[in-house]
Amino acid sequence: MQLIYEQSVAGRRGIKLPASDVPSAVALPASLLRAGSADLPEVSELDLVRHFTNLSRRNFSVDTNFYPLGSCTMKYNAKVLENASALFAGCHPMTALLPGGADFCQGTLGMLHDLGEMLADITGMDEVTTQPLAGAHGEMTGIMLISAYHAAKGNKAKKKYVVVPDSSHGTNPASAAIAGYEIITVPTAPYGDMNLELFKAAMSDEVAAVMMTCPNTLGLFNPHIKEISDIAHSHDALMYYDGANLNAIMGKVKPGDVGFDVVHVNLHKTFGTPHGGGGPGSGPVGVKKSLIPFLPQPRIVMNDNGVLQLETANGVSIGRTANFFGNFGVMAKAYAYIIMLGREGLITVSEQAVLNANYIKEKLKGYYDLPYDMTCMHECVFSASRQLEHGVHAIDIAKFLIDRGYHPPTVYFPMIVKEAIMIEPTETESKATMDAFIEVMIEAAKTAETDPQALLDAPLTMPISRLDETRAAREQNVCCNS
Amino acid sequence: MNDSHYCPHTPEEIAEMLSVIGVSSVEELFAPIPSELRAKNFNIPAGMSEFETFDSMKALADENGQGIVNFIGGGFYDHIIPAVVDHLSGRSEFYTAYTPYQPECSQGTLQALFEYQTAICRLTGLDVSNASLYDGGTACAEAAMMALRVTGRNKIVVDGCVSPFSRQILKTYLFNLDVEIIELAPVDGMLGRKELAEVLDSSVAAVLVQNPNFFGSIEDFTIIADQVHAAGALLIGSVYPIALGILKSPAEMGVDIAVGDGQSLGNPLSFGGPSFGFIAAKKSFIRNMPGRIIGETADRNGKRGYVLTLQAREQHIKRHKATSNICSNQGLCALRGLIFLSATGKQGLVDLALLNRDKAEYAKNQIATLPGVTVLQSASTFNEFTVRLPKPAGFVVAALLQHGIAAGVPLGEYYEGSENCLVITVTEKRTKKEIDQLVKELGVALCN
Amino acid sequence: MSIYFTKEHEWVKVNGNRGIVGISDHAAHELGDITFVELPQVGKTVKQFGILGAIESVKAASDIFAPVSGNIVKVNDSLDTKPEAVNESAEAEGWMAELEISDAAELSNLMNQDQYNDYLKTL
Repeated sequence: MQLIYEQSVAGRRGIKLPASDVPSAVALPASLLRAGSADLPEVSELDLVRHFTNLSRRNFSVDTNFYPLGSCTMKYNAKVLENASALFAGCHPMTALLPGGADFCQGTLGMLHDLGEMLADITGMDEVTTQPLAGAHGEMTGIMLISAYHAAKGNKAKKKYVVVPDSSHGTNPASAAIAGYEIITVPTAPYGDMNLELFKAAMSDEVAAVMMTCPNTLGLFNPHIKEISDIAHSHDALMYYDGANLNAIMGKVKPGDVGFDVVHVNLHKTFGTPHGGGGPGSGPVGVKKSLIPFLPQPRIVMNDNGVLQLETANGVSIGRTANFFGNFGVMAKAYAYIIMLGREGLITVSEQAVLNANYIKEKLKGYYDLPYDMTCMHECVFSASRQLEHGVHAIDIAKFLIDRGYHPPTVYFPMIVKEAIMIEPTETESKATMDAFIEVMIEAAKTAETDPQALLDAPLTMPISRLDETRAAREQNVCCNS
Repeated sequence: MNDSHYCPHTPEEIAEMLSVIGVSSVEELFAPIPSELRAKNFNIPAGMSEFETFDSMKALADENGQGIVNFIGGGFYDHIIPAVVDHLSGRSEFYTAYTPYQPECSQGTLQALFEYQTAICRLTGLDVSNASLYDGGTACAEAAMMALRVTGRNKIVVDGCVSPFSRQILKTYLFNLDVEIIELAPVDGMLGRKELAEVLDSSVAAVLVQNPNFFGSIEDFTIIADQVHAAGALLIGSVYPIALGILKSPAEMGVDIAVGDGQSLGNPLSFGGPSFGFIAAKKSFIRNMPGRIIGETADRNGKRGYVLTLQAREQHIKRHKATSNICSNQGLCALRGLIFLSATGKQGLVDLALLNRDKAEYAKNQIATLPGVTVLQSASTFNEFTVRLPKPAGFVVAALLQHGIAAGVPLGEYYEGSENCLVITVTEKRTKKEIDQLVKELGVALCN
Repeated sequence: MSIYFTKEHEWVKVNGNRGIVGISDHAAHELGDITFVELPQVGKTVKQFGILGAIESVKAASDIFAPVSGNIVKVNDSLDTKPEAVNESAEAEGWMAELEISDAAELSNLMNQDQYNDYLKTL
């Protein structure tokens, strides 16, 4: 397809601006002006509409395809959430920060406050900040809160390390590094969880925090989680909960009850807000009482009269991790999702997410290696090692699935599983959809034995075949020069 | 047990699936969670239909009161959004997809983000852009961390005229990284050039400036860029993309890394988010860029296509050594930005920028006629300017809010000794009538 | 001129007090198509088994460790524009840096060609 820039015709206009009702201003001095206007597209509105409509048709998406991308919780995004979020499009965030302005934002501040309280209930925390703009941003915020907690106790210099299991998301160590910590990585035991003995050996009073995903990235709930948090707390290390997999446990277990001190929640995963082709997400962070003073500012607080106000300085807060109150539009959708599903609905979500993953696991384990063969939570991780004997990699199976109209599962993550294929069906998929997917996965496994080349050649039905990623990385052509 | 209509199974299907798994109940699947750890309570209210949900949300929106006429900016701006932006970004093939890990079935997102990167490069004049960051404030912090990596130095100098929010985010991000931050006090709403020269030495990694700055002043940082480069440091420029329709581009000034907030490009105010942050840089810094980058390549038949590239910089491969921890970005908001820029187009963005300035100049001239009111800066301004009132600005703003006007952002909270200063923003959406009303009400409030 | 290897698959070819450093054919093959080599600065001092540089392929990034301590006297700049040289000729054209060896005794911590070949069989 042509780029929008390649469709430009000099002088063509795509928009009519409102006419000016004021006099023209005296021109700016030339020294402040750009030499020529930015070379943006010059297309008609129809050109523009066709271009982006046709581009959209080159995507797989939840609304068009089954999208079992492990670790990403690609559930259906209810359409009413879009309508609900649009109600707040015109609210300016600065209004709340003006003297007397909070009075004009009681609806928006109230929604954030209530969302925080509901997320605190779901995760077993005492207070939630909605400021972090994505999961990784929540991780960074959370580890900074932990750092502030240790600093307030006079232990900033002593606490040097953050412990993560080797199955963790890459964002965990990357976020801890921004917060100034060195990383200790603990290997996974054959039973699929962080090796408890090696964990004990790694722990010392110099550890600031332990970051865990629970259930972990293998889709397994760690039965030793309470023991791990007790050990961490005995060293005054705080427990950080990566909420990427919260979809498995709503109403079943609360991170706060098993010893976690700080959690982040991915609203775009668990709470049904769309993923936007990469974002926006939203990563609110919940904390136990002892960490509340360090929460970012502005903090929404309710006064004695039930009026919401903003606390903008308390001296010990970590400061600010984003401009205003977070990705409000995303939070409005998550809020609507929670009140719509309600208590029983959220429990059903987790139950059926777990049911669906176990169903797929059971149906496929005769065809693919299952390195950790036990009851999983909301996702299951296979290995294509059996297919590799025929020269077929996980990526080849992924491309075969594309030809059959399925977005592939996550491949090559977690890194500790060779040729990993991580399947997360989510609760919104029907049995019929999963059965059809299972059939195609079985067909892929059989084709790997009978005609491996067919997998290596896939996909054949897309507008393009496999792309040369090496060339992209070597040439670094990241902007259209024509 | 089926209490969510978004979970489609019938009881028969559930029974069938359980029998395949070999368990007798769904509850059995939760056996790996030790019973003593199970939730003892769960207090979320009972659910409701989508219609009742919408009504509840509407009630919340109504609690904010009637529409306020905005003369506030502070980094978020009330601009026009062409209808095509909502309609095209609202194609669910875009918004219900995720990060384009599988390029063959994600060319829509990938090509759009490549076009977005191109638009950012053309606006800023710089060589390379990523596929978006969270917002303008965090983009400043990411740019500073990028400069620390590039130079191997550990000091950042920040112009005090940079948004106080961006400065606070920068401090929070760098707090644990053994980095010294030097803030320069504003001089009449502009960069203190003498003060900068005094602190600029070979230990400085970068200097962060903003154009137009928080006071609304437009500056030319061309000479500053030369001085910064002479010290071996990088110049980071935070810019307002609508203003780039007419203002000297970061590249023309010699800026090394340009950042900014993309809210004004087709994203609604939405109480502060989601918007997106953009970052662009000279080509030699590409490996130190944070976040996703889309690159052009070819398929097996030589056909042009797009992929996520230079992923070895990123957290999923480099973990704690990654250039940033960012994973999810603000892709859909960046797409809105691209559609906005494609709709306004080459000349439209120029006209839009001029319209903003015309409105703001009219307001500035009118307000300057009020008794006791002076314009703070001698510098030229774009669509924001700062006035010094004969009274505390907070008092005046609170009074005008009662009349449905958000008159501006009082500076007292952000700059010591500026209690009487007010930053007023006038975008193309403000009519002459609204401006005249603002002037009138300001006049009344100042007399009371 | 003799060649020595590390367990991390770097090699050093020793000629007098000079050593030329690169990664082994085996390592280059394992990494896949190499897209970038981060070279040290000339004049930099490196310690044996300390980080000398880094190497990236499309889906992986690894550090390059110095086989011996020394002072970097020359680097292979041509890798900036032609990183594929490491894939094509890891143990010749794809060399990365030349250093002045500060302690020849350290060579005894490394494997010779035969020992390295045996080591590869154990992986």
